[in-house]
Amino acid sequence: MLTVKVLGSGCTNCKRLEERVRKVVGDHGLTAEVEKITDYAQMMRWNLMQTPGLVVNDVLVASGRIPTETEIAGWLTK
Amino acid sequence: MAQTLPAAPSTGRKADQRAWLFVAGAVVAWLIAYNGIQPLADGLAYGLFGHDTHLGAAVAFFLYDVPKILLLLSGMIFAISTLRSFFSAERTRALLGGKRQGVGNLLAAGLGVLTPFCSCSAVPLFIGFVEAGIPLGVTFSFLIAAPMVNEVALVMLFGMFGWRIAGLYLLAGLSIAILAGVVIGRLKMEQDVEAFVWQIKGGGGAVAEQTPTWTQRFSAAWQNTRIIVGNVWLYVVLGIAVGAAIHGYVPEAALAGILGKDAWWSVPAAVLIGVPLYSNAAGVIPIVQALMAKGAALGTVLAFMMAVVALSLPEMIILRRVLKPRLLATFVGVVALGIIAIGYLFNLII
Repeated sequence: MLTVKVLGSGCTNCKRLEERVRKVVGDHGLTAEVEKITDYAQMMRWNLMQTPGLVVNDVLVASGRIPTETEIAGWLTK
Repeated sequence: MAQTLPAAPSTGRKADQRAWLFVAGAVVAWLIAYNGIQPLADGLAYGLFGHDTHLGAAVAFFLYDVPKILLLLSGMIFAISTLRSFFSAERTRALLGGKRQGVGNLLAAGLGVLTPFCSCSAVPLFIGFVEAGIPLGVTFSFLIAAPMVNEVALVMLFGMFGWRIAGLYLLAGLSIAILAGVVIGRLKMEQDVEAFVWQIKGGGGAVAEQTPTWTQRFSAAWQNTRIIVGNVWLYVVLGIAVGAAIHGYVPEAALAGILGKDAWWSVPAAVLIGVPLYSNAAGVIPIVQALMAKGAALGTVLAFMMAVVALSLPEMIILRRVLKPRLLATFVGVVALGIIAIGYLFNLII
C-alpha cells in the first residue's frame, strides 16, 4: 500500500502540505496511509533540515517547500 | 504572473524558454510601473490638496511610497527567492563540514543569508548541523545570520534609505553573526545543548529530490513572493501611513533629544523595545525613516530594527527545544550586545 509521510513540526507550511496531500489522495481516489511525523530524530533519517518534508513509500521526494498538487499527484500515482 | 506557468516537472526546454520570456516581460512591465509612480502620485496629491499644505505633502508621500515599496518588495523578493533556489541546507551543511572556527564562522554567516530559511526549520537545521560535526559556534553564526539579514528589511531599507544604508545593515548583520558565533564557540557550551541532540544518528532513508527546472524555480519563487508580500503588505501600508503623518506634522528635530546621538541610553532602550516586536519589520521601517528625518540617529534606528528582526520570542521558544536555558540566554545576550555595539558604532562614525 501507498504510504505517505509529512515531516514537520506543526508550522503553517507543514499543515498546508498535509492538507494538499490529503486532497490529492481524495481527488484521485487513492488508498494511502497519510502519516504526520513531528519527531525530529525520525526526520533525521532522511537528513531533513528544512521543513516541511514529503516522504512517499519511504523515499524523501521534497523538502523545504510545498510542492504543487500536480507534482504530488505525479509522485503518488507513479 | 507565474501562476499561469505549467507546474508539472520536466516539460522540458520549451517550457523553460517560455518561463524566461514570461519573466522578461514581467521585468519590463515592472520597470514601466516603477518609473510611473512618482509623477502620478505627485499629480494626484498636489492636484487635490495644493502644493504647500501639510496634507498635500503627507498624501503625496503616502501615494508614492506605498506602490513603490510594494513593487520593490515583489520584484526583489522574487529575484532573491530565485537566487536562493540554488542553495539548500544540505549543500550548506556539506560546505561547512570540516571547516574550522573563524573561516567556518565567516562562511556560515554568508551562507545563512543565501540559504532559504524559515524559523520553523531552526531546530532540524540545528540538529542536522551538530550531527554533521559542525562546531557549535559555526552553527550559531548560521542561525544568527539567517533571520538577522532579513530580505524584507533589506529591500525596505533599500527603498526608503538607499543602497548605502541597506549595505551597512547587511554588513552589520554579517559581522554580528560572525562575532557572536566566535564568542559562543569560545565559551564551549556543548553541555548546554539538550542531550537528545547528541544521540540522534541521521541517515539511512532514501532521498530522491530532483534538481528543479527553471520553470519550477520561477514558479516556486513567485509562490514565495506572494506569501511574503501577502503577509506584510498591510504592515507596509499602515507603517507608511503613520510615517506620512509624522513627515507632515511632527516638527523638524523634535526627536533629536530622545533618539538623537547625544542620548546615550537610547541605543540599549531601542534594543529592549525591539525584541518583543516580532514580524513587524515591514511596518517599523517606514516609521523609523520618518523618525530619522526628525532627528533620530542612524545607529539607534538600525539597532532597533535589528532587534526587531533578529531576536524574536517565537524563535527563542522553538530553539528552547534543543538549547538549555543557559545557552539560550547566552545566545540572546551575545546577539543583543552585538546589536547595541553596532548602534553605538554607527552613531559614532556617521
